[in-house]
Amino acid sequence: MIYIDLFLGFLKVGCFAFGGAYAAIPLIRDVVLSYGWVTDETLTYMIAVSEMTPGPIMVNLATYVGRSQSGFLGAFIATFAVVFPAFLIMLLCMFVFSALMKNRCFNSVINTSKPCVIGLILAVGIFMTAEAFFDLKVDGGFDPKALFITVLLAASAFLPPVFGKKKISPIALIVVSAFLGIVVYSV
Amino acid sequence: MRTIFDLLLTFMKIGFFTFGGGYAMLSVIEDNCVEKKKWITHDDMMNVTVIAESTPGPIAINCATFIGYRQAGILGSIAATVGIVLPSFAVILIISGFLDNFLEMEVVKSAFRGIKCAVGILIVSAAVTMIKKMKKKPFPIAVMVLSALAMLVTDLFSLGFSAITIIVFAALLGLSVFAVKRIRERRA
Repeated sequence: MIYIDLFLGFLKVGCFAFGGAYAAIPLIRDVVLSYGWVTDETLTYMIAVSEMTPGPIMVNLATYVGRSQSGFLGAFIATFAVVFPAFLIMLLCMFVFSALMKNRCFNSVINTSKPCVIGLILAVGIFMTAEAFFDLKVDGGFDPKALFITVLLAASAFLPPVFGKKKISPIALIVVSAFLGIVVYSV
Repeated sequence: MRTIFDLLLTFMKIGFFTFGGGYAMLSVIEDNCVEKKKWITHDDMMNVTVIAESTPGPIAINCATFIGYRQAGILGSIAATVGIVLPSFAVILIISGFLDNFLEMEVVKSAFRGIKCAVGILIVSAAVTMIKKMKKKPFPIAVMVLSALAMLVTDLFSLGFSAITIIVFAALLGLSVFAVKRIRERRA
């Protein structure tokens, strides 16, 4: 049943998404693709929409995927499932926080999980960047226009900090990319 | 009751006006709850951030739960959490309804083809920020690189391996490092 699947799927995301929204994207992708709820393409749109709308990206994505599968109730169940573990774990942590941070066993688990999560985020980022202009899974179809946009965006995202300038905000980058898309693909 | 209502409204405001996810939200939460409302101290805020980073789930939810609980117990934590989730839930619900037709338009399709290029870059850039903050020691860097490679290989060859499996492996590795250290200490 779809409601139970949505609940379990997003509960899994809520339980394992350490380190914020971007860390959750690999997990959400896994869950969503394995259940076959949406395609990789649609998920990319959903991530972009979640970036552009207010609130935690994970919550936005859960609401969005849930709604696309089974309307309001689906959205509600997915959102509840993604939020509940964080809520519960935080409440438990409030009682044992100081003791937990001194616990060496807990610390050594955190010490390897954190870099692992960073590695996963990096990998998914690289994969999704490449996939924007290169169809990696099917037949290696290549889109030079998308490569052009990607190079421009990457330059504006990564070059300013090198020269000591302020980083471009995610929202600004998305607005610019939408504009570039319209210009490049309409010509 | 007044505190509960205040928590709900304040966190709804935070939820409605912060774009760009958890890390962007932290500064807004600090501004509202530490500077203006003085619900928690700056030190508390730093502690919450550490817990939020090392526990699963959206960071903003962790913060809301913590601050709500400090102010008004379980009921307060529920009010703050519901408050921060409600705006994004409502906005997505409304937007996703008409987005399906919206996506059929040619201009919108072109715009989204551009946006598709940006999302990957944003994720890489988030990872780069995290790598900069990471401890520059060989062991964590090795774990990071190996996890990245494992994920890339999984993605490229569509293996039935999940991100969660890789995290569990890393956690087990942490546990065994701890166990080895303990055994060595006992012998010494």
